[in-house]
Amino acid sequence: MTARVGVVTFPGSLDDKDAARAVALAGADPVPLWHGDADLKGVDAVVLPGGFSYGDYLRCGAIARFAPLMGELVPAARSGALPVLGICNGFQILAESHLLPGALTRNASLRFVNRDQVLRVENTRTAWTNGYTEGQEILVVLKSGEGCYVADEETLDRLEAEGRVLARYVGEDPNGSYRGIAGVTNEHGNVVGLMPHPEHAVEALTGPSTDGLGFFASILTHLGSRTPAPA
Amino acid sequence: MSEVPGLDTVSAALGHPDTPQPYAELGMADDEYARVREILGRRPTAAELAIYSVMWSEHCSYKSSKVHLRQFGEKAPESDALLVGMGENAGVVDVGDGRAVTFKIESHNHPSYVEPHQGAATGVGGIVRDILTMGARPVAVMDALRFGPADADDTKRVLPGVVSGISFYGNCLGLPNIGGELGFDPGYLDNPLVNALCVGVMRHEDIKLAEAPGPGNKVVLFGATTGPDGIGGASVLASATFDDESHTKRPSVQVGDPFMEKLLIECSLELFGKDLVVGIQDLGAAGVSCATTELAAGGTGGMNIQLDRVPLRDHRLTPEEILMSESQERMMAIVEPGKMDAFLAVCEKWNILAAEIGEVTDVSEEEAERGGRLVMTWNGETVVDMPPRTASDEGPVYQRPYARPESQDTLQADDAAKLPRPENDAELREQVLRVLGAPGVGDPAWVTQQYDSYVRGDTVVSAPHDSGMIRVSDDSYRGVALATDGNGRHTRLDPYAGTQLAYAEAFRNVAVTGARPLAVTNCLNFGSPEDPGVMWQFAESTRGLADACRTLGTPVTGGNVSFYNQTGEKPINPSPVVGVLGVVDDVRKRLRSGFETDNATVLLLGTTRPEFSGSAWADTVHGHLGGLPPHVDLAAEAALAEVLAEAAEQGLAESAHDLSDGGLAVALAESALRGGKGARVDLDGDAFTALFSESGARALVETTAENAAAVRELAERHGVPVTELGTVGGDTLAVSHAEGAVEVALTDLRASYESALPALMDGV
Repeated sequence: MTARVGVVTFPGSLDDKDAARAVALAGADPVPLWHGDADLKGVDAVVLPGGFSYGDYLRCGAIARFAPLMGELVPAARSGALPVLGICNGFQILAESHLLPGALTRNASLRFVNRDQVLRVENTRTAWTNGYTEGQEILVVLKSGEGCYVADEETLDRLEAEGRVLARYVGEDPNGSYRGIAGVTNEHGNVVGLMPHPEHAVEALTGPSTDGLGFFASILTHLGSRTPAPA
Repeated sequence: MSEVPGLDTVSAALGHPDTPQPYAELGMADDEYARVREILGRRPTAAELAIYSVMWSEHCSYKSSKVHLRQFGEKAPESDALLVGMGENAGVVDVGDGRAVTFKIESHNHPSYVEPHQGAATGVGGIVRDILTMGARPVAVMDALRFGPADADDTKRVLPGVVSGISFYGNCLGLPNIGGELGFDPGYLDNPLVNALCVGVMRHEDIKLAEAPGPGNKVVLFGATTGPDGIGGASVLASATFDDESHTKRPSVQVGDPFMEKLLIECSLELFGKDLVVGIQDLGAAGVSCATTELAAGGTGGMNIQLDRVPLRDHRLTPEEILMSESQERMMAIVEPGKMDAFLAVCEKWNILAAEIGEVTDVSEEEAERGGRLVMTWNGETVVDMPPRTASDEGPVYQRPYARPESQDTLQADDAAKLPRPENDAELREQVLRVLGAPGVGDPAWVTQQYDSYVRGDTVVSAPHDSGMIRVSDDSYRGVALATDGNGRHTRLDPYAGTQLAYAEAFRNVAVTGARPLAVTNCLNFGSPEDPGVMWQFAESTRGLADACRTLGTPVTGGNVSFYNQTGEKPINPSPVVGVLGVVDDVRKRLRSGFETDNATVLLLGTTRPEFSGSAWADTVHGHLGGLPPHVDLAAEAALAEVLAEAAEQGLAESAHDLSDGGLAVALAESALRGGKGARVDLDGDAFTALFSESGARALVETTAENAAAVRELAERHGVPVTELGTVGGDTLAVSHAEGAVEVALTDLRASYESALPALMDGV
């Protein structure tokens, strides 16, 4: 059985098509999920894509967490059973849902930043990063206006101590994130939030590299599914 | 008399024929008002006056430009690719495989000066709706921007606001921004140019037109509610010269909600996909007035509208304010009665408000003769009863007087050839760095980093390369490339040649990435058409573009005219911005502008003449504008484009880069910096001329040693001169010439190139 990875579309989701493409390129079946349906359609894992869910009104991700679909997703994710990758706005939604600690705030520059960005992968034991080697530097895309990761010192210390810092920015901090944090994971390693976009680094033609494919290959490994023979 | 206090009805207009009306305040001339009275056989109601004033404004009616724009049709080359030509919301061209693209560029200059963020944001929103209205999915945007001097205080207000507006709106729509232009000139200080381009993709059978066929079909307004924003925008803001009062016009600028627009896009595409609409029009300038008159005129000619059914965000709005409101993110659809339930269900899914506000009616032969019959009521009373075609299609047409200003001779006699040139290599080196760091030449990253270029995952080439290129769908490698260009300095010196040069540069920019130019859009930014000198510039410019398009076989598919770009008596430099769209069969063969391969050979294609007038060098080093712009050689442009396309198709080139502002000096520096590789080149003849001339029809091609002969042979076959300049490699740009040499480390080039805008905008 090919793994079935859900990609959620909220009103205002923008990178849902791209996330589905990345899932397919990795060899899994992308399954469209609709924010208004309280139905995960039996998927094996879920990607919350980038965008501006509900217009980012109130706060980024603040309204999306109350979507009917999230009512199904949150308990399954919190228990450690359902792997969830939140990218950019998806990370913001996971933080607002309290599935991940901390919050994402306005970039230090107060401007949207779109650039190719090197990350160092620090935790390779999660459902979404097991295909990387610890300390591996990968080139992906950063594009966000509210990508500054913040948390209190105690939380940051705990995340570091528990090895839950998933990835950090290499070089100049592009958005003022505390301790250069680009992504974190929960204590089970099934829920991962990442501000940059691995789904935009899956094809040499359109991305800065194909380094991002590792996230989508990792979930296949995690789910133990076979990669189907190329068509 | 009306039952509703203050309501001006048709019966009131008949009963009180001499009531004074504020037509002049609405921007109407005496004879235009007289013509309205003649058409109606009575004075117009306030609502009718609102409709005529906005529909007959310069912005909506093209009354001053129409006689010149006709050439784009009359001189249009035969093209099998053109599926929908000028006159619709945007032109549509066939790109093969049953797919079509639609693209258009439009100005939002005046609103962007008054309120930069919202003005620019709604400029993006408007052009995206134009593209959507054709039945296409919008897939990318670009923007051509011009500001006052980069170090001027007001530029620090306007530029960041405009960029944040484009960033905010475009990024929230999920549309990659794939390129554009950034220019500075004192003439734009009080009149920036914000031209936004959008491109959309569809299947041939999905093309939609703005028409309302079928009596009994419903007229549905959907999207945002209607509020007081932008009232009078069309006639007051876009069609009048700025004066000191413009800061008091803030409420006239529309406010955008990109989230609503994103929902509107998805909702509309689902409605189109399910075949639930028979006609569609977006609400842009002139709002409901424009949508109803154009839909009716494009259909049976008849329509009944109940204006009181328009959903409002401010219940105090009067009928005439509703008609003039330019509230954003609204569309109007014509829907068969049997499909209304399905239509409303789709709107509900996307949380889009939809209201049935009227229906298409039949007209008698006599009514059709008069231009159809559009009736609007307000709580049961008739406030509009007019022939819609007279507003949408039969507005005034002016033969504005035009004359070449006498000062043009003096200007053209003032050739840049006489300017002092660098006397030694140290000065030459310093001037290369100075031109490279000029705000309009240097790195635009401060701007482009605020735009999402990756979303949708189909961007193959984007800024800062010569054109933006996207894959048109996931299941093929077919792509389209787009570039916009314009050089107000060249156009000021000679509007005919300058416009052809702008077109040629866009054409070349598309070709240099490996695509074949196919079609053209344009945004014509000029001063007041009431100034015969400006009108002469406009006449020359349109003639130049039409002639060039005919010569090179690329039809103009649509565009936009923006007049009254001036403050007081002084117009901006005439600033036509020309957009060229090209097609590429295989996007994997795309070429970018950075050096790719160590030891590769750098070739210069084309002929360099001593041409400095209007150049970046003359502007940056001497603050000089005079003389004649570079020679236009369209045959050479066509030949060069063919060489570039074939070289790309055959995989003979590693990279390619167009020569334009700053000539060879800037092109070499950009290729080196973008590729992170230096080069060693040897120049024949005068180094200054070789480096700073801005002769057209030239490009750099980087090719490996084994392919160099094939490129030379290809160029020879097409009659394109080739000069071998040198080789790629190292961490300097080393230029030797007969009398010496100049060597600049890439780090120094980078410092000049990258520092200009951040230093000015952030003070770092």
